[in-house]
Amino acid sequence: MASTEKHPIIKALYDDDDVVLSAVKKVREKGFHVKEVFSPFPIHGLDKAMGLAPTRISIAGFLYGVTGLTTAIIVTYYMMIVDWPQNIGGKPNLYWGLNMPAFVPIMFEMTVFFTAHLMVWTFFMKNKLYPGAKPQNYDPRVTDDKFLMEVELTGDKDDLMSLLKDSGAIEISEA
Amino acid sequence: MHYEAPIREPLIIGDKSYHDISVEVARPVETKAPRIWWVVFSLAFLLFLWGIGCILYTIGTGIGTWGLNKTVGWAWDITNFVWWVGIGHAGTLISAILLLFRQKWRMSINRSAEAMTIFSVIQAALFPGIHMGRLWLGWWVFPFPNQFGSLWVNFNSPLLWDVFAISTYFTVSLVFWYVGLIPDFAMIRDRAINPVQKHIYKILSFGWGGRAKHWQRFEELSLVLAGLATPLVLSVHTIVSFDFATSVIPGWHTTIFPPYFVAGAIFSGFAMVQTLLLIVRKVYKMEHYITIQHIEMMNIIIMLTGSIVGIAYITELFMAWYSGVEYEQYAFLNRATGPYWWAYWSMMTCNVFSPQFMWFKKLRTSLVFTFIISIVVNIGMWFERFVIIVTSLHRDYLPSSWSMFSPTFVDIGIFLGTIGFFFVLFLLYTRTFPVIAQAELKTILKSSGENFKKHHTEEDHGEH
Repeated sequence: MASTEKHPIIKALYDDDDVVLSAVKKVREKGFHVKEVFSPFPIHGLDKAMGLAPTRISIAGFLYGVTGLTTAIIVTYYMMIVDWPQNIGGKPNLYWGLNMPAFVPIMFEMTVFFTAHLMVWTFFMKNKLYPGAKPQNYDPRVTDDKFLMEVELTGDKDDLMSLLKDSGAIEISEA
Repeated sequence: MHYEAPIREPLIIGDKSYHDISVEVARPVETKAPRIWWVVFSLAFLLFLWGIGCILYTIGTGIGTWGLNKTVGWAWDITNFVWWVGIGHAGTLISAILLLFRQKWRMSINRSAEAMTIFSVIQAALFPGIHMGRLWLGWWVFPFPNQFGSLWVNFNSPLLWDVFAISTYFTVSLVFWYVGLIPDFAMIRDRAINPVQKHIYKILSFGWGGRAKHWQRFEELSLVLAGLATPLVLSVHTIVSFDFATSVIPGWHTTIFPPYFVAGAIFSGFAMVQTLLLIVRKVYKMEHYITIQHIEMMNIIIMLTGSIVGIAYITELFMAWYSGVEYEQYAFLNRATGPYWWAYWSMMTCNVFSPQFMWFKKLRTSLVFTFIISIVVNIGMWFERFVIIVTSLHRDYLPSSWSMFSPTFVDIGIFLGTIGFFFVLFLLYTRTFPVIAQAELKTILKSSGENFKKHHTEEDHGEH
């Protein structure tokens, strides 16, 4: 990870996904830190090239699913067996284990419900996305067809500038 | 970069750049509606109003305004419910199952198909609601602590499973759809010139900026949601079929129902996608993205699922005979040769016979023919549900109770109203939402775009 020290940011704009991907690799090879890449669509292998850690959202999703399943088991057990057991169609609700097959649809649906919704909430919260949030891209072109790479200026400025120019950037600016 | 064999047809036709995709997807949102849009919208809106009138009349006066009687207690409302839920299934199939199978041709049709899913599930959910009679007590279907000695809902009942299945399906489809929409709303936001429009899309896009980490999470989330939506969509129509299959009515009490209903749902859903997209691609000039190949692929699925449905019909007849149960045998004999023979044979013709034309490449790549078949299939699938529901009920165990069902103007009005409502929603959607998942489509431009593919092929020739 980057050091806590603040470094000036150099922004390089590209007009092709393959070019920006190779630029990220080149810049990192030279020991610079790529702070962010804005792109209009997901680029395959970009997260690895940037050295991003794998996302843990699926792990969270699994835990949400377990929560949903547990909730369904508790709800059906308490409501059908404990609180008011009824004899419906000659099938008494005496033991949860015996009635479990009838609760499978509910258990399945609640697992899916919890996983999907809580994962989407996690996605929004971790990414700081909410209705009316300020657009996180200051350059509006990166949702259309341009790719913007932010590099921390840690070493020699001219080195980085020429490296970015060689990597195929169409615009280079300082933040 | 992903390589695609030159023998595969391009999925994006013409000399397109990333910017062209943005411009062409945003165009319907940024321009004024064509006159034809207003004409269709007005018609749909009138139907919708008529439907609301009929619903209010039903709620004010009671279910007696429908054509139901003591013998046939379920008819058009449940038919319409199952029909609309079924139509919804194709959207999830395209966006989730085809994602898991990495079918790239889903990308220019998934957005509209999912919109169709959501709008048709809304129509479906109306019917059980109205049929309750006291719509304002609809929340009783959920397990809330209450004042009746805490009388809970019955978790053993397929009708309650249905409540959970449909609610989960609707809300999960909605968030799945919305997560995919966010980058596309951001694209429209960043292009918008009109400040009001810019502000609306700023709210809708949740501040999306396309950061690398966000795309990483986005892709993972899409994959997991697709993985969840796949068994979910199969479970929904399975549970809908349980409403019938767990009863002891001859003609309903059939173990074949779950797969048979799911196949039928996908079948009718794809037909509805065809109906809608053939119009969308024409009116909004999306022919370069929704190509003949896309239409052909969907026609092949229609042919396949139509044939599965056909096998299910024949299996049902065989099982009725082979079971040796005379009530079961009579139920099916009555379907095919009784007073509702015309409904049965309409169903057979529309669902089993008509999709077989799709074996011919000339027909399955013909737009006019596809459009006609897509409507025929949906008529057939409506009849299928009508046949299952009404013909199994109208001759019950006591011959003195035998009766027929004829719809009143209210039954017809509510059904037409939901068609109107559906088209109102869909037409509003095509004017305000990006109808193609452009961010996703841009990822396949280089591997499946016509100009890029041609370029690759020429390069290959140079090397050899």
